[in-house]
Amino acid sequence: MMTSVTQQPLVQPPAGIGTRLFAGNTGPVTVILLLFVAIWYAGAVYLNAPWQIDIYERAKVDWTLGDLVHETLRQERPVLPAPHQVLVEMNETIFGKRITSKRSLVYHTWVTLSSAFLGFVIGTLLGGLIAVGIVHVVSLEKSLMPWVISSQTIPILALAPMIIVVLGAIGLKGLVPKAIISTYLCFFPVTIGMVKGLRSPNPLQMDLIRTYSASKWQIFWMLRFPSSVPFLFTSLKVAIAASLVGAIVGEMPTGAQAGLGARLLAGSYYGQTIQIWSALVTAALVAALMVALIGWIERLTLKRMGLQP
Amino acid sequence: MSRRPDLFCLAALAFSGAALVMDLLFSDPATGIAGAPLFTAALALLCSVAGWWSWKSATTPGHGLALVVVVIGGAVVALVLLYGYGYAGQVSATFWLFILALWALAWRGIDCLAAFSSLNATRQRLVDTLIPVLFGAWLLFLWEVLVAGFEVPHVLLPPPSAIAARFAGSLDILRADFYQTFMKAVLAGYVIGCGSGFAVAVLVDRVPFLQRGLLPLGNLVSALPIVGVAPIMVMWFGFDWQSKAAVVVIMTFFPMLVNTVTGLSEAGALERDLMRSYGAGYWQNLFKLRLPAALPFIFNALKINSTLAMIGAIVAEFFGTPTVGMGFRISTEVGRMNVDMVWAEIVVAAIAGSAFYGVMALLERKFTFWHASYRQN
Amino acid sequence: MPETTKRNVVTCEDLSLTFETADGPVFALSEINLQVSQGEFVSFIGPSGCGKTTLLRTIADLEKSTSGSILVNGVTPEAARMNRDYGYVFQASALYPWRTIENNVALPLEIMGLAKAERDARVAKNLALVDLLGFENKFPWQLSGGMQQRVSIARALCLEPELLLMDEPFGALDEIVRDHLNEQLLRLWNKTNKTVIFVTHSIPEAVFLSTKIVVMSPRPGRIIDVIDCGFARDRTLEFRESPEFLEVAHRVREGLRAGHSYDD
Repeated sequence: MMTSVTQQPLVQPPAGIGTRLFAGNTGPVTVILLLFVAIWYAGAVYLNAPWQIDIYERAKVDWTLGDLVHETLRQERPVLPAPHQVLVEMNETIFGKRITSKRSLVYHTWVTLSSAFLGFVIGTLLGGLIAVGIVHVVSLEKSLMPWVISSQTIPILALAPMIIVVLGAIGLKGLVPKAIISTYLCFFPVTIGMVKGLRSPNPLQMDLIRTYSASKWQIFWMLRFPSSVPFLFTSLKVAIAASLVGAIVGEMPTGAQAGLGARLLAGSYYGQTIQIWSALVTAALVAALMVALIGWIERLTLKRMGLQP
Repeated sequence: MSRRPDLFCLAALAFSGAALVMDLLFSDPATGIAGAPLFTAALALLCSVAGWWSWKSATTPGHGLALVVVVIGGAVVALVLLYGYGYAGQVSATFWLFILALWALAWRGIDCLAAFSSLNATRQRLVDTLIPVLFGAWLLFLWEVLVAGFEVPHVLLPPPSAIAARFAGSLDILRADFYQTFMKAVLAGYVIGCGSGFAVAVLVDRVPFLQRGLLPLGNLVSALPIVGVAPIMVMWFGFDWQSKAAVVVIMTFFPMLVNTVTGLSEAGALERDLMRSYGAGYWQNLFKLRLPAALPFIFNALKINSTLAMIGAIVAEFFGTPTVGMGFRISTEVGRMNVDMVWAEIVVAAIAGSAFYGVMALLERKFTFWHASYRQN
Repeated sequence: MPETTKRNVVTCEDLSLTFETADGPVFALSEINLQVSQGEFVSFIGPSGCGKTTLLRTIADLEKSTSGSILVNGVTPEAARMNRDYGYVFQASALYPWRTIENNVALPLEIMGLAKAERDARVAKNLALVDLLGFENKFPWQLSGGMQQRVSIARALCLEPELLLMDEPFGALDEIVRDHLNEQLLRLWNKTNKTVIFVTHSIPEAVFLSTKIVVMSPRPGRIIDVIDCGFARDRTLEFRESPEFLEVAHRVREGLRAGHSYDD
């Protein structure tokens, strides 16, 4: 009972609401986020100012610093759009358009997400299957595992444009090629994580189940698989993030018509910086949401399994 | 020793036997490879080897090596038939049965080799390297044979031989691309990104408040599709390598920050108390205890970042470059359907990526030899 | 023994320390009064949570007391720590795996800013004291647990402190190694005439080593008995079968039983 006590000497003042808020992570994270937004605004003013000053000088008008700040934060095509401009654009394109419209960000997000998700599911299944093979078959482990590990050091994302174009040439367009890119990006982390997880039972646990002369099948379902679940979720979080990157990059270099990557590309062609940034922020939000979703499932699962209080 | 039938050798026997029968029955040269004397001889030989082996059920590494030699011989015959005799594109089922028989024998050979276990570390390492190398070679062979046998259009998937030929023929272009992308963008971005990530981590570490705020956010950022900033960086920093380096800086900054901050808090409570009992100051604590203890984490970030840096620089080049660079070459050659050039460029990327990672891993081994994962008593 | 006439190395008066936790305050130390004189070998013994380690850490200024007073070498614990007045040996060796044995022992000397020649001399002298000459260039993880703990004792000694604070230094070792190290420690103490404060939960260890045994009890952490035992300084392991040993051990056991309620 005494051993788990967190030691904090009495000399500290009694905790008020403020200190309690800042004792956890919420307070610091909020402060850092606010700091980040402030730097963003400052950066927007700084980066957009030269153009604005140029306009003032051509029009030969007197201007104050207040005018400058005001104007730099409302340009049509700023070098760096201000956060509120991005938010306004996101609001318009997410809530202001019908979700079937080509101008709706919801539509583009869905296009990206669906192929990322398809790739994620296939990649995870495939990765898990290979991991099971590697753990149980010595020759697979010795021949395949070194390649799986070294593949992590290779920028395989560079294959993305080729897969899109080559599959496009044989008539496969849209969802599937992007899903293939996502699949192979997901597959490696899942394999490596699952191999580690399926091997994680300690010698004592393995010896115990062997004394019951359990079959390989029983050992797998009663010991190996349950022990691998925490590792699985860690890999899944990496994999879902990777599958989104795969789908977005798959949309970028080939002039795809729809998807967040296509929005990024179109924005950069036409200098629509606000559009680029809103696509980027949306992509970040979606990625964070997906990772959080898996984290939530992870907590529920581990709680049910009694692996986490 | 109880004798169980060797399933893989039996399968090889069945495949090669069936192929031999079909070869003898339909020995009409017009139908493809069937009827070629070299093929018939190879099939007969394979048949007898597989038969003898499934009867003997040999499992020593020596047997494995012998099987591998047989399979290599078979593979050479297959390649000679395809290219030397010009059978590419007109192979029949017998040829694929022959390949299947080789596959089964190869599997058994690898099985025997995988069972090798020696107290001699050098020998063990040799075999443990040989197996994946053989496996890789087999995959390349299969790729080559499938593409040639089915006459897959090279636009879709060029055979390894075509890629190798293109690689050897365009060394100048590849070297220029490598120089532009790796030596300029990747290295500059990597050094700046890792360096600033490290410096910020050491600063943040002094303020626990910032540390608690930055860690969760830094972890989150590593899950975000940061490559997406590439078009923005190209707009800001222009087409040349500076914009690619900027993407690399952003991609490598956060892993280094998060890892260093985590690593700096890695030193154990006992070790900290020890330093405190000596009345050690902040810098003594940092240099004598916390930085050495953080090294495994810092090297982890350096390794992750070596791959991220390559990805960042290559993908950023998809958005516009001067007419040189690995990403530029990939995207333009894909457009022209010069797929073998794309593959050659990917080979360069793979070599550069794994060499970069390998150098970091070597340095890690040199500097963190004391860590539990490397210790040898 | 003539210790009573010597100067006090540690003096505690009404010393208390309370930890604030989510489940309410925990009284780790409650009104501790204790004197340790120069040259004594004092053991703190008691069950888990009786505050013996906390008391040692308070002496070392690794914890701050909440009330009462404490003097180490006549000054506050913090001043004593900054003077490097004591050497501290932890439960685990806490050796740095990236430093060789000699560099580990030299660590506190580097922090004090001693010159290289002086460092080398002291390292050699103290490694000899714990019988570890010849291992200078090994790494800690290449040594056995008992040898690692001897290195950490050499590291504490090389500060040349008057006072040696030891927190269950042999707790993680097996009994055979522990017996051996107990004997070595006793000889070392006899030879150097340092003051040792030693935390343990082993009755034989405490009785064998000590000139004074402080029996402690939990909730709140307090001293319930102080037993003086003036045994011959050159005793060996066989001493543990003698009647006077058993008598003191019995008294310690009685004290522990009285102070501890077994209903939890």
